[in-house]
Amino acid sequence: MQAPSHAPHKVAWLFTYPDTYEIGLPNQGLQILYEIVNERDDAVAERSYAPWTDLEAELRQRDMPLFSVDTHRPARAFDILAFNLSAELTYTNLLNCIDLAGVPIRSAERRADDPIIAVGGHCTYNPEPIADFVDIVALGDGEELVGDITEVVRDWKASGRTDGSRENLLRELAQIPGVYCPSLYDVSYDGEFLAEVTPRYPDVPAVVEKRTVADLAEWPYPKNQLVPLTEVVHDRLNVEVFRGCTRGCRFCQAGMITRPVRERPADQVRTMIQNGLERTGYDEVSLTSLSTADYSDVQRVVEETIDDPANCGQVSVALPSLRVDAFTVNVAAKIKSARRTGLTFAPEAGTWRMRQVINKLIREEDLYGAVESAYSQGWRRMKLYFLTGLPTETDEDTAGIAELARNCVKIGKQYNKSASVTVSVGGYVPKPFTPFQWFGQNTVDELHRKIGLLRDETRRAKGVQMKWHDPKATLIEGIMSRGDRRLGPVIEEVWRKGGVFQEWSEHFAYDLWIDTMAKHGLSVDWYVHRHRTEPEVLPWDHLSAGLHKDFLWQDWRDALAEVGLPDCRWTPCYDCGACTGYGIEHIVASATPPAGGSQGTGQDLTGGASVPVTLSPRPSVGSLT
Amino acid sequence: MHLRFRFNKSGKVRFTSHRDVARIWERVLRRAGLPLAYSEGFSPRPRLSFGLALSTGYESDAEYLDARLREPIDFHDLPERLSALLPVGMDVTGVVEIPSSADSLQQAVTSCRWEVDVIGVDEQIAAEAVARALAATEIVVTRERKGKQVTDDLRPGVLALDVLEPTESGCRLAAELGTQPRALRPAELLNALEPRLEALVVRRTHQWITAGDERCEPLAIAPSPATSNIEVS
Repeated sequence: MQAPSHAPHKVAWLFTYPDTYEIGLPNQGLQILYEIVNERDDAVAERSYAPWTDLEAELRQRDMPLFSVDTHRPARAFDILAFNLSAELTYTNLLNCIDLAGVPIRSAERRADDPIIAVGGHCTYNPEPIADFVDIVALGDGEELVGDITEVVRDWKASGRTDGSRENLLRELAQIPGVYCPSLYDVSYDGEFLAEVTPRYPDVPAVVEKRTVADLAEWPYPKNQLVPLTEVVHDRLNVEVFRGCTRGCRFCQAGMITRPVRERPADQVRTMIQNGLERTGYDEVSLTSLSTADYSDVQRVVEETIDDPANCGQVSVALPSLRVDAFTVNVAAKIKSARRTGLTFAPEAGTWRMRQVINKLIREEDLYGAVESAYSQGWRRMKLYFLTGLPTETDEDTAGIAELARNCVKIGKQYNKSASVTVSVGGYVPKPFTPFQWFGQNTVDELHRKIGLLRDETRRAKGVQMKWHDPKATLIEGIMSRGDRRLGPVIEEVWRKGGVFQEWSEHFAYDLWIDTMAKHGLSVDWYVHRHRTEPEVLPWDHLSAGLHKDFLWQDWRDALAEVGLPDCRWTPCYDCGACTGYGIEHIVASATPPAGGSQGTGQDLTGGASVPVTLSPRPSVGSLT
Repeated sequence: MHLRFRFNKSGKVRFTSHRDVARIWERVLRRAGLPLAYSEGFSPRPRLSFGLALSTGYESDAEYLDARLREPIDFHDLPERLSALLPVGMDVTGVVEIPSSADSLQQAVTSCRWEVDVIGVDEQIAAEAVARALAATEIVVTRERKGKQVTDDLRPGVLALDVLEPTESGCRLAAELGTQPRALRPAELLNALEPRLEALVVRRTHQWITAGDERCEPLAIAPSPATSNIEVS
């Protein structure tokens, strides 16, 4: 690895992950942008991570700033501090990092010689709660955006930055498609409701559209994945096999905002795997995407990787985010040959009715088939991931989770006496740009009650372990997920009172959040538990992930009517807007869905991918009940 | 084929733990394309064994690693090749083939020599503390082990202890400490001295295998013609 070389004419980026090094280093988005920027002649990139509380105390005591891990350069010496925000609970760490960098935390107080504070990542599709603290928000894929931003900042630097020029710079940055500058918009309220978000200048776009990389094949990054010397999470080679997902799970923000599906060509995936293994020395490669079993060439890539003589039979392949209806004995048999990697299936809900509501169209038989494939190939343990607190969920749906788990163990016992499953339950948080964005989140008490119900149901079930996410953390995430600019002072005060590392249970300060909300006269119930109505102006309405709001509303009504929607990559278009709005299309190698399970069609597709999905007309739905 | 490597660890990389170093080695040996032998079972791992763990933060000129290979290889250029792949601050300074019957490093090594830079004391106070320790018939300490208080006599493990020279912030001690049945750690000894001394930098300079009156370093157990014991400065 070459040391980053700084020069006065270069735009210096400090990519910062607002959590620990161990959590942040593997982040692929950050590594991709770091590499792309460093390949430019007019830019240089380094990285930084949030210092743990002990290091922060040492830094503050010695009056030392946040610094880069690459060359230990102070953060203020960079032109752009760019943060990856993948979780709302890291917002207070964002403030802490800006403050540790020696930069005013409020955008309005920054001067010409202060770095630009940029954010990107899935959370920033609703950046309003942190609008006061950031200068620019990058929406969507960053591969092209970092170059566009670099050029504007480079020219601004060359022109000599003056105090008055900072707002001009932001206005110029706002011309770049995908760049949102919160300070260039006025927000007005009608009572407690949002009335309007309007640009302050005619040249600033009224709606900011996300950026989408049309073809992943043009961006084979990271080419040089970073190899940490200390152990981190996901400590293995990662190769992204596709971006986007059109399964249409209604709770899933990632699937909605990253459309359309763009597969990486199998040959390029293989090259990236072999080059990556050679460069890093890892013995495990993870094929990443939102649903890797849907990758057209998953079987081929897994087989060729396992069988490549260069890998000496010692390289294992991990497939995160598996859909059960596409996980077959063939895949199971192949991935176990070096080392059995952990298996996690995500049925998400306990009954077919509930899965139709959330549009996770997998049948019970699909799950049992996948689980049997795994147990029959020697796995003894697997993890099943579920959500609770979903729209229309009844106790029968919740209890269905335990029923599925018990049945999975029963199947496993046929192959191994010690077969077990771990049921992991998360409380559902409605997210912007999903059909469930109008849904009122369950209360902490309700989530506790449902988890209690499940614990009772699984307590006596041998071989079923249960884990759950703290409903209180789910609530605080919910405040920010769909919050507006009025939350800024709350986030600031929680940070000032020491509420950092809120994703970590030992630091999570529930009461501090609740008290601070009350102190600022904001109702948790209004932000979190209230159902939104169709005409309501949502805080992110001036941003766009390409999805038409009426498509999302129709999908929300379909959900309440328990109507599922097949995957549009293999069927005609519903015109959600993500392709048509940007003149792009799915890039999928195979016109038929992968073999195995029902693929949401209700048909038996275990025989192979030869059966194309047949279309049924999209049912029309009556009024919302 | 069984190979034994000697390597050093100094500078910033000293803050990596023993387990981290093991992982670094696994990746480096794979990157170098060595035909590593793997263990059997559900989760096969390369058959590597490290000697006595070096405390995180300590430096060393004398770390060792035994690696088992599936087939014989020409290893004369390995120190150079591996050093190029290792992180800054880690270099391979020697490699030999060892008999498959050789004792493991953990079993074979009997003592380690350490250089310890202590701070906040001058040479004379350090010399007095050293003299007191050497004159003592026993140095009894209590420590917690698996939740219980146990007492230990450190004195038998102190094979040699000297003040070497003054440094900018204190002085440098040299110590040879026994490793059998339990390795005596420099920090434990410093804690037990009167007055108690505090280390800034600790460096392992040698590991020794003593048998009777003979003493040799772990690379020297090999049949001599096959060795490639190069010195890297």
